[in-house]
Amino acid sequence: MPTKQQILDLHFMDARCKLIDLAAFLDRVERHEGEADFRFEALKKALPILLSTQPGRAKAILDSLSDESTEPIEKATLQGAFGAPR
Amino acid sequence: MKYIEPHAHMVSRTTDDYEKLALAGCAAICEPAFWAGFDRTSPAGFYDYYRQLTDYEPKRAAKFGIPHFCWLCINPKEAEDAGFAREVMQIIPEFLDKPTVLGIGEIGLNKNTRSELAIFEEHVQLALDRDLPILIHTPHLEDKRKGTRLILDSLASFSKLNRGKVIIDHVEEHTIGAVLDAGYWAGMTLYPESKCTPNRAIDMIECYANEQLWMNSACDWGVSDPLAVVKCGLEMRKRHYSNDFIESIVFENPKRFLSQSDRFRI
Ligand SMILES: [Zn+2]
Repeated sequence: MPTKQQILDLHFMDARCKLIDLAAFLDRVERHEGEADFRFEALKKALPILLSTQPGRAKAILDSLSDESTEPIEKATLQGAFGAPR
Repeated sequence: MKYIEPHAHMVSRTTDDYEKLALAGCAAICEPAFWAGFDRTSPAGFYDYYRQLTDYEPKRAAKFGIPHFCWLCINPKEAEDAGFAREVMQIIPEFLDKPTVLGIGEIGLNKNTRSELAIFEEHVQLALDRDLPILIHTPHLEDKRKGTRLILDSLASFSKLNRGKVIIDHVEEHTIGAVLDAGYWAGMTLYPESKCTPNRAIDMIECYANEQLWMNSACDWGVSDPLAVVKCGLEMRKRHYSNDFIESIVFENPKRFLSQSDRFRI
């Protein structure tokens, strides 16, 4: 198994790139006109999970972007999904 | 790298993709029946799709020396109209005796509706009646966790089901634990925009160290990569895994699950 150093050597630049891209995305949405929607709020709500000291951050972010309801719905109104619960 | 692509929608891919898979070391391709990117307007559309899966596609794969197998069903995206879905289901038995059909799949849920769930359960019963393996699609994005839970709850009511003969696909970090804990196999789908990246899949292998896991590309008509499984194997090499261990994940695991069908011979 690789050490922490080796994992950093392998993946730090990629994680750095994704982090900056995310920051730029937040700026981009705010800079443009009109109203953001539930997806933007859901993403911002998930961001503090990154700073958690507990493992399982990926699971926690996926959980926070999941539909909380438990019963099957009566009818589908669309086929696709948005990536965040409405 | 010797590996199996256990979930690919080759009807949507080019012959160039078959060549790439052959060059990369792909030893077998399995193709579950799914949505075609658009809704079919008649059961006859599905009849022709099943002919394509059981007859034409194996021949196309054979030109590149790759055995091609398939799974049959009506997929959940087109199961919202239960009457239509049942008409299509009447066609399926005619194809189940074809020599390359492994089982029932990919059934499951899409928007977690009552109708999808009813058709899912009718497929599970069909598989049970014929003692066939089952391949299950879980919903995407915000619908995945709820859909996976509904699927697990539903399967729990089938007391005669051999859990080791069922694979629940497209798991992510928030669904993999429940699937494996219940005794099912879990599939990780490597998809560029959603589902799972290669390094997250390797993380899940590290965290769950389970022999009931496979990886697939689920390459289809959308943005997807038919070489995703071998590329993940390469990432595993970068993370110091031995060639034997990599082969156990990308070849031996899927071979063990798929060999539960007598028809899977490679
Ligand atoms: Zn699929």
